[in-house]
Amino acid sequence: MIINHPLLGPRDSEEFVYLGSAELINRPDWQNETAPEDFHNYQYIRENIAGENRELWYHEQGDQSWLVVTRNTLTHEISKVELATEVAKKMGRTK
Amino acid sequence: MGYSAFQILKDALSGYKGLKPAWRDAEPKDGGYDIVIIGGGGHGLATAYYLAKKHNITNVAVLEKGWIGSGNVGRNTTIIRSNYLLKGNEPFYELSMQLWENLEQELNYNAMVSQRGIMNLIHTDAQRDAFIRRANSMLFAGAGAEYLNADDVKDRYPFLDMKNARFPIKGALAQPRGGTVRHDAVAWGYARAASDLGVDIIQNCEVTGFSIENDKCVGVKTTKGDIKANRVGSCVAGSSSRVMANAGIKLPIESHVLQAFVTEGLKPVLGNVITFGAGHFYCSQSNKGGLVFGGDIDAYNTYAQRGNLPVVEDVCSGGMAIMPMIGRVRVLRTWGGIMDMSMDGSPFIDKTPIKELFFNGGWCYGGFKATPASGYCYAHLLATDNHHEVANAYRLDRFKYGAMIDEKGVGAQPNLH
Repeated sequence: MIINHPLLGPRDSEEFVYLGSAELINRPDWQNETAPEDFHNYQYIRENIAGENRELWYHEQGDQSWLVVTRNTLTHEISKVELATEVAKKMGRTK
Repeated sequence: MGYSAFQILKDALSGYKGLKPAWRDAEPKDGGYDIVIIGGGGHGLATAYYLAKKHNITNVAVLEKGWIGSGNVGRNTTIIRSNYLLKGNEPFYELSMQLWENLEQELNYNAMVSQRGIMNLIHTDAQRDAFIRRANSMLFAGAGAEYLNADDVKDRYPFLDMKNARFPIKGALAQPRGGTVRHDAVAWGYARAASDLGVDIIQNCEVTGFSIENDKCVGVKTTKGDIKANRVGSCVAGSSSRVMANAGIKLPIESHVLQAFVTEGLKPVLGNVITFGAGHFYCSQSNKGGLVFGGDIDAYNTYAQRGNLPVVEDVCSGGMAIMPMIGRVRVLRTWGGIMDMSMDGSPFIDKTPIKELFFNGGWCYGGFKATPASGYCYAHLLATDNHHEVANAYRLDRFKYGAMIDEKGVGAQPNLH
């Protein structure tokens, strides 16, 4: 698979480490009353989507950035690549 | 019709005109079933067989989306073993091994069960300590285990790279009762035996949804229409999340692809199954002579039954490191199968929050060896409402209570397994 890095251009997926769904950006608030349940779901439960999946890839052997890659899990086709920091900022986070 | 040497002779003399399909190709019954099993793989068929045989529940249907033998039961590397460490695992896999040992007599079907032995290579003192601890656990469970020193290993397989600079071979943990089984014959044997006991095996019948009334499952929706059932058991490792999503259930599972490889045929060189865990490579020689080998999962979520080249390179370099002679043979075929990777590397055989809906899955890359015990214990749960004693730890909610079964001690995330 080739991942089209927003800053570095097309890179071999071998340079990256896969983490999992981009949902992992949304870490639950530990002060919520439902925090134990929230963190259980955050850590262990997966959507495991068949089709377009937004996921986190870490460019370990490159610029060490985190990317949000939109990839079809049925075909391996990659349709969109964004910097995870920008995705997080769009959701109102500071970094 | 029973299979025997006499029957083979009779068939040969009559030009094989007497051969019939091994199981009935059934269509869904209007009246529904006591139990519907989703998934006609090894585990689903074994479950149906033990339901009929051990629990006398024969009003059972097995629904298969494709054809029998088209899924992971025909895509694995055919290895059986019971060399586990933890209490939640070892008695279960040892039950499976005992069921393998009697499988062919039980089913009257030649599944080519070959107890040729399995060897896990040791490269460091720490690994030797860990494997001896594992061996003791295996001995306690009655699985049998042997420690081989470096000379024993070298005597058997002089072609191994004993003095490898990074992973010199210091010995091996062996389980002589481990081995291989002709994988698709397992599916066929269970299908034939279950069908003979009255189980309906319905192929080309994909489950598209569940009929749920007041939090109780009363049947399934399929491409062959709605089928009523008093009880439904999902048994579709690889596609568990997709099927259970129809019931609104999210699972602690990610789907990953595991690739496997076979080379051109060779004369007998590898009598055992050998595993090179440190280099992510394992290998056995098939009855046809091809070296069957595999390694790591591709390590990203996927439902495509094919992998990518970087892992092919990784697996082959693992092979080259430990048995350099493999570089002289050509790879004939490679393929991939989809694994239910659970968060701790161990499976599930459990009830679900929905009444009369049961779940079996999360087999990671170890489903094949578990086939008989998985069916046996799942049938026990479906028939009696109680977990079988050796499968009591395989609960869906174990992560909530910190009761993970982390066999490898690597942590609770699929990308670590």
